[in-house]
Amino acid sequence: MATQAPAASTDSSPTPDAIVVRFAGDSGDGMQLTGGQFTLSTALAGNDLATFPDFPAEIRAPQGTLFGVSAFQINFGSRAINTAGDAPDVLVAMNPAALKVNLPALKPGGLVIVDTGEFTKRNLDKAKYDASPLDDDTLAPFDVLAFDISARTLEAVEPFGLGKKDGLRCKNMWTLGLALWMFDRPREPLHDWLNRKFAKAPDIAAANIAALDAGHAYGETAELSAPLKQVHLPPAPSEPGLYRTITGAEAVSLGLVAGAQLAELPMFFGGYPITPASAILHHLARLKEYGVTTFQAEDEIAAVCAAIGASYAGQLGVTSSSGPGIALKTEALGLGIMTELPLVVVNSQRGGPSTGLPTKTEQSDLYQAVYGRNGDAPMPVIAARSPGDAFEVAIEACRLAVKYMTPVMLLTDGYIANAAEPWKVPDPSSFEPFPAKFLTEPRGEVLEPYKRNENGSRPWIKPGTPHMMHRIGGIEKDATTGNISYDPANHQLMTDTRRDKIANIPVPDQEVAFGETTGKLAVVGWGSTYGPIKQAVRRSIDKGCSVSHIHIRHIWPLPKNLGELLSGFDRVLVPEMNTGQLKTVLRDQLLVDAESLTKTSGQPFQIAELEEAICAYFDGVKGNEGGEVQANEQQLPSPVESE
Amino acid sequence: MNAPVKIETTLKDWETDQEVRWCPGCGDYAILKAVQRTLPQLGSDPANTVFISGIGCSSRFPYYIESYGFHTIHGRAPAVATGVKLANPDLDVWLVTGDGDGLSIGGNHMMHVLRRNVNMQIMLFNNEIYGLTKGQYSPTSREGTRTPTSPIGSVDHPANPCAFALGSGARFVGRGIDVSKNLPDVLNAAHAHQGAAFVEIFQNCIVYNKDVFDAFAAPKGAEGQQLWLADGEPMLFDKGEKGLAFDAENLHFTVVDVVDGDWQAAGVRVHNVKNRVMAHLLAELPFGEFPMPLGVLYDDPAPTYESAVIAEREASVSGKEANLAKLLSGGQTWTVDGTAADPV
Ligand SMILES: Cc1ncc(C[n+]2csc(CCOP(=O)(O)OP(=O)(O)O)c2C)c(N)n1
Ligand code: SF4
Ligand SMILES: [Mg+2]
Repeated sequence: MATQAPAASTDSSPTPDAIVVRFAGDSGDGMQLTGGQFTLSTALAGNDLATFPDFPAEIRAPQGTLFGVSAFQINFGSRAINTAGDAPDVLVAMNPAALKVNLPALKPGGLVIVDTGEFTKRNLDKAKYDASPLDDDTLAPFDVLAFDISARTLEAVEPFGLGKKDGLRCKNMWTLGLALWMFDRPREPLHDWLNRKFAKAPDIAAANIAALDAGHAYGETAELSAPLKQVHLPPAPSEPGLYRTITGAEAVSLGLVAGAQLAELPMFFGGYPITPASAILHHLARLKEYGVTTFQAEDEIAAVCAAIGASYAGQLGVTSSSGPGIALKTEALGLGIMTELPLVVVNSQRGGPSTGLPTKTEQSDLYQAVYGRNGDAPMPVIAARSPGDAFEVAIEACRLAVKYMTPVMLLTDGYIANAAEPWKVPDPSSFEPFPAKFLTEPRGEVLEPYKRNENGSRPWIKPGTPHMMHRIGGIEKDATTGNISYDPANHQLMTDTRRDKIANIPVPDQEVAFGETTGKLAVVGWGSTYGPIKQAVRRSIDKGCSVSHIHIRHIWPLPKNLGELLSGFDRVLVPEMNTGQLKTVLRDQLLVDAESLTKTSGQPFQIAELEEAICAYFDGVKGNEGGEVQANEQQLPSPVESE
Repeated sequence: MNAPVKIETTLKDWETDQEVRWCPGCGDYAILKAVQRTLPQLGSDPANTVFISGIGCSSRFPYYIESYGFHTIHGRAPAVATGVKLANPDLDVWLVTGDGDGLSIGGNHMMHVLRRNVNMQIMLFNNEIYGLTKGQYSPTSREGTRTPTSPIGSVDHPANPCAFALGSGARFVGRGIDVSKNLPDVLNAAHAHQGAAFVEIFQNCIVYNKDVFDAFAAPKGAEGQQLWLADGEPMLFDKGEKGLAFDAENLHFTVVDVVDGDWQAAGVRVHNVKNRVMAHLLAELPFGEFPMPLGVLYDDPAPTYESAVIAEREASVSGKEANLAKLLSGGQTWTVDGTAADPV
């Protein structure tokens, strides 16, 4: 790329092995679509990648406004990529508002491409620019490519007789064509895709293809004049195999389907639309042939209750929501815990409390998952760390639910749900099946629906089974007959039993994700912070810091070796997108002096800010003399939110 | 799909070993007996029968029936039951709820289970009070009801359960009285109906709302205020000496005297269980001026939710193969061999 990256935020090698591009425009400009298709072409080119779609909560925000800006960032390279990248090398800004909102993120010396056709007085006013940034020194620190994309698009689609409004809709394809040229990508897959997408409207398909081709051709001719250069990133080394791109929402859906198959059960999925969880319901609604029944309930309470009913009747009940909906499900989760029925609960976390930031990411429902129910109501909690990881974690959730007859909480978040990454397609037969067993005959003289097996699990008895009639419910149960019992000693016994059943679930030993198994500093994360923490730790190690990355999947119960592992480090730092929730759990469970690095701006951690926090622990590291964790400027609201 | 195979049972077969814990004299006892009498009549199989309830005195019901039973949480039984029916449509599901459970906290779920038309029998025990929590007024309590939370009388307008059910799209609406010998007939009809069958049962809470229904439900002397409806039969009450005629011009019922049993001459209307408009009028008939309509107010089956879900699933599954490996590798893929990617 034209830019020389600052040492702190990318690798020190002179030829770039990774590039960050951000497409930004009005929510109506189709930036998410452009980003998605660019992602696919990147994946097909064999680069590793990570994406970050960032869009407003409003469906159709007023055109040209700052809060209506929608952006899609992609980081891709010829090496392993774990995050969507900190600062973009290239910013494509389709209007003044997109420029205003996104320019502060652009790397010094980065390339900014703007559509001058949109820099009208009206749009400048809406973006709160007093003077056009194209005419003053706003863009002086950057390379600028400013030209009338709108006019060129209209020119390209003219033969197809589209009106101006429809013609301008092809602008995103024009831009995509230019981006394809910039990174030396073939256009054919896009042609095919457009022809498929607009199969019923061949004119529209042809116009879009013409726009795409024109953008591509423009790159070729404009190359002569700097700053536009074509860049070819060689493929990233990766394990041999078959790959595809996957978002977290897709991965959770596929993992649930696989989990139900491994349990040899039909799946019942109860949901109620909520951002960013709806995508899972959308995916599963199309997978009926896999034994999936989806039920769009009247609310989240009905969704979880119907799932509990389905589990009671012998299917694998699953429900999914985001924080506000999980709050509504809480009472029913207690019922699932009391009646000891399998249930998988997926929480795609978003900014809270209350309605919070529906389209932004956060990890602030950990307390809710671990501690957030009335009564002593333990349930396993596990967390996905990346889109691809969500597949395995969903299978694990199904396994735990069925084997231990319990509700299980799977935590993911808005970032994982929407972000895409290349995913090595797993072989379904590589997973150990965990077929569900139903009790079909009494085990002795009397039917004892609460008599446990070696795992501490009670039997699963389907209604409809002859001679096995019994009653269950949310009132305390007698330890073996399951009949109502108000006996004090029995309640003590049952409370302890429920606690121990979950606490004793064997959880794989905690491993170190990156770095040595002992050292000065352990950076402990969970969930979607995996990528930025890993890169920050890698860079800090390169600088000579004795730091390791530990990333926790099983949050409740915690891996048994975790306390010992952490005792091998002098300090423990827990970066989280909340006010320190895992930190509290670690302190509570392990008595470790864990410290917090928190961020709740609705944006994922940047590598650089984590790196800074890590290095602050190390005296003598250049630029980090002293040793105190710096104030975290990223906690300040981004320009979009301050609007 | 209700009870595909008829099983021979007696009332005793439907009793559990659990001690029944309602207050002595509570109307729930009579309903329990009526249900235990009805189930053998239906030929129900205890192993295939599931009683699902919410929370309340009424919702203790499943513990006392020797079948499968699920005592869930307050108001949510319709949702749990919907999941049960979607997972196994062959189960014969009875829902037990109260006026608080079914119309207050669970009013939303009640509306949706009715409009979806999930095949089950829904018994709403209406005692016009929150029994289990010791006698607060409920959504069906009449205005002026004095309770611990309304010491000088409630000011809320009460809901009418049958009108609510009809308004929600119910295809079967019936009414009974706890101690009435006709209750099993209403339950039989509800069971015969394919789809959500809603039955309001007036139930005497002897402790917190004693005898509020006496004007039409007292064991002796109130029969004259009961209008037992039967499909194709004239709407007669008070030993056949009175009947309901319809004032077509003003769209309302009137009470007429029937002389010498000549109901036709008196203009008494014949009940048609498929007439939805009449069902609405009957459900809302103001008591006092009119008798209390009981029995089957409305019965006009429509396709059930489960059958629609199954049909949709079959249609979308046909011709498709459930190949997990193929599903996982869906969309555009590429292969990597050695260390270099090789776009396909
Ligand atoms: C979430 C919740 N809120 C409140 C209660 C307390 N509660 C139990 S039963 C009940 C009312 C029951 O009234 P109704 O449904 O009419 O049943 P009845 O006891 O009269 O048969 C209430 C408020 C509860 N168990 N759960
Ligand atoms: S409180 Fe009322 S409804 Fe409850 S058991 Fe006693 S009499 Fe029956
Ligand atoms: Mg009541």
